[in-house]
Amino acid sequence: MKSMKTKKRILITIVHVLLTVLAIIWVFPIFWVVMTSFRAGKGSYSTEFIPEELTVGNYIKLFTDTGVFDFPRMFMNTLIVAIVTCILATFFLISIAYTMSRMRFKMRKPYLNIALILGMFPGFMSMIAVYYILKGMGLTDGGLKLIALILVYSGGANLLSFYVAKGFFDTIPKGIDEAAYIDGATRWNVFTKITLPLSRPILVYTLLTSFIAPWTDFIFAKVIIGSDSRYYTVSVGLFQMLAKENIYQWYTCFAAGAVCVSIPIAILFIYVQRFYADGLSGAVKG
Amino acid sequence: MRARGAKKKETPIKMKEFPEVVSVRESIRKGKTAVKLSCLIMGAGNIRYGQYVKGILFLAAEVIYILFMAMFGTGMLAGLTTLGTQTGQEVFNEAKQIYEYTQGDNSMLFLLYGVATIFITIGFFIIWRTNVKSAYTQQKKTEEGKKVLSLKEDLRSLLDKRLNSTLLFFPTLCVIMFTILPLVFMICMAFTNYDRNHQPPGQLFDWVGLKNFETILDAGSGLGYAFWHILGWTFVWAIAATFINYILGMILAMIINWKETRCKGFWRFIFVLSIAVPQFVSLLIMRTMLQEQGAINVLLQDLGLISNALPFWTDATWARVTIIVVNIWIGIPYTILQVTGILQNIPAELYESAKIDGAGPVTIFFKITLPYMLFVTTPYLITQFIGNINNFNVIYLLSEGGPAAMDYYNGTGGKTDLLVTWLYKLTIDFKDYNYGAVIGILTFVICATLALVTYRRTGSYKNEEGFQ
Repeated sequence: MKSMKTKKRILITIVHVLLTVLAIIWVFPIFWVVMTSFRAGKGSYSTEFIPEELTVGNYIKLFTDTGVFDFPRMFMNTLIVAIVTCILATFFLISIAYTMSRMRFKMRKPYLNIALILGMFPGFMSMIAVYYILKGMGLTDGGLKLIALILVYSGGANLLSFYVAKGFFDTIPKGIDEAAYIDGATRWNVFTKITLPLSRPILVYTLLTSFIAPWTDFIFAKVIIGSDSRYYTVSVGLFQMLAKENIYQWYTCFAAGAVCVSIPIAILFIYVQRFYADGLSGAVKG
Repeated sequence: MRARGAKKKETPIKMKEFPEVVSVRESIRKGKTAVKLSCLIMGAGNIRYGQYVKGILFLAAEVIYILFMAMFGTGMLAGLTTLGTQTGQEVFNEAKQIYEYTQGDNSMLFLLYGVATIFITIGFFIIWRTNVKSAYTQQKKTEEGKKVLSLKEDLRSLLDKRLNSTLLFFPTLCVIMFTILPLVFMICMAFTNYDRNHQPPGQLFDWVGLKNFETILDAGSGLGYAFWHILGWTFVWAIAATFINYILGMILAMIINWKETRCKGFWRFIFVLSIAVPQFVSLLIMRTMLQEQGAINVLLQDLGLISNALPFWTDATWARVTIIVVNIWIGIPYTILQVTGILQNIPAELYESAKIDGAGPVTIFFKITLPYMLFVTTPYLITQFIGNINNFNVIYLLSEGGPAAMDYYNGTGGKTDLLVTWLYKLTIDFKDYNYGAVIGILTFVICATLALVTYRRTGSYKNEEGFQ
């Protein structure tokens, strides 16, 4: 009995050591970005991990030196796009998912299959075509570019990923809906008053994933925004800092910008932790 | 057996959920004059039976469509067949006595507008069908002595019986505009000679049939050689990336969930942190860290472990392995997020009875956990696999497809290029739109075949209603 206990204790120690080692590996690149952002020396190559001289000059430069790269403006652009996108995309996605999960109509199976098939085309195969369509709609001039981005992020291929949310709705027992129908509820009532309140985890999940998309995507942003630096999103802007002509002057500022962008997203993740802990596997456990 | 029982019980409910359906053919055959008239003049049937607003809306749709076709549509359809006839050239301007450069026809716009016109026509056809069916439904209601729905009741049913149309309308419109229309447009390009030598405006491109497919699939041509080699690596990458991340992520999630592990939230947070950093940031950082004079090489050299810098990005094999390893760093957190909840849902009885039978943790993992997880998460795995075949970010940001391979179609491709990154380079950097489109289609064919074969076999597709 005693040896079992010792064995277990050893195992527990091993597990924690393993987790610690992995955690260090995981955090190391992030730590390195943070360190770089405080480094006084310029350029992308550095021989030391903890810089000899620490400074906040990179952050100050990032937020005040708006001549070449207007970071505050990029940040606001992205924030606006992200907020509108996450609301629209969540509304769209949840609508599709709920309909597909709960309602039975003639086009349902074909719709599901088409969505599945479309999802298998490489996303940016159509990127150039999307650009010309947006141009045709007159959405590629000036500030309208941001609207074009919102449309692409919220109405594009990401809508076809409704299967996750649909799987979630599938687990909510139908009996609840039927009880409500007997009491005279319309389908709209059931959707808004019963299903949605039960679906917090999936709502948060969808909101979060679609909020993050504009911060991380730079391919679409690059194609749509082009070289008009007033409408850069952070990803395009930061990417541009690493271009050959800018990298020496801006590499440490790039790190600073990366830290600034990652913080809001990291905060969201901390908040969302508990939703993941509950799992996305079902709303009504039983 | 259980699933079948459940299905049988549900049948009557299902019947009720379908709104009354009439077919177009039945409508035209059994419809009276007003219904037949609405085949020509849309909305006639609805107006005849008292639904004025709806009728006028139908009529307006028809008028707009006819005006559109008369003014632009027919010309656009004709342009679709020719893709333009006038190349850009210098024309002598009599009045000004100078040579002027004319733009000529832009084949690409011809193609885009033609495809868009076809979409509009299909859309109109759907409205036309709705119009005929609606007219007949009103006629039937009148004949049966039922009250024809007023506008208000009609609108109200959009929130109840026909909620599906309401909820799907805007998302579907977006999907058509930003996914289907561009896709059709790009697919069309695969059948043209829109390459670097045929660039509108100024030059024309034309339909060439299946020629591009032949070139790419023929392993003897330079393009074909590159295609088959890149395809091979794409598969190796997708399999490695998907399964290594899946298994390792699951093991890590189980370790974190183990009841003896302290600070579960903290560990989970640490591992999720690598998603919190936008991919293009973390990957670009990784890239600089792994360069010849990057942090990793410097560290290893300082420790005296190696004498020369490791060729992370300059040697083909090194680059491939590096990418797969870095991808573990990116991918595992996603697996943890996805499987944590499902892992907790595995019935505890299964584990207990296995323990009583004397199974060790490894046996339990391979005999209980893995089969259960595979059953539940097959759709997730398939999406991951397809996602990896199309994983642009990781490859492009880490290695940009390099090290470059001169034998890959004049250096358009590199040793770590996936089909998608090659597609991107071909279209954006080299303007070979037609080959890019062909590669896109072939990638799709591969993904679709894989997915349909496996997906249709999974329990979650066959027994969709099994758990409801």
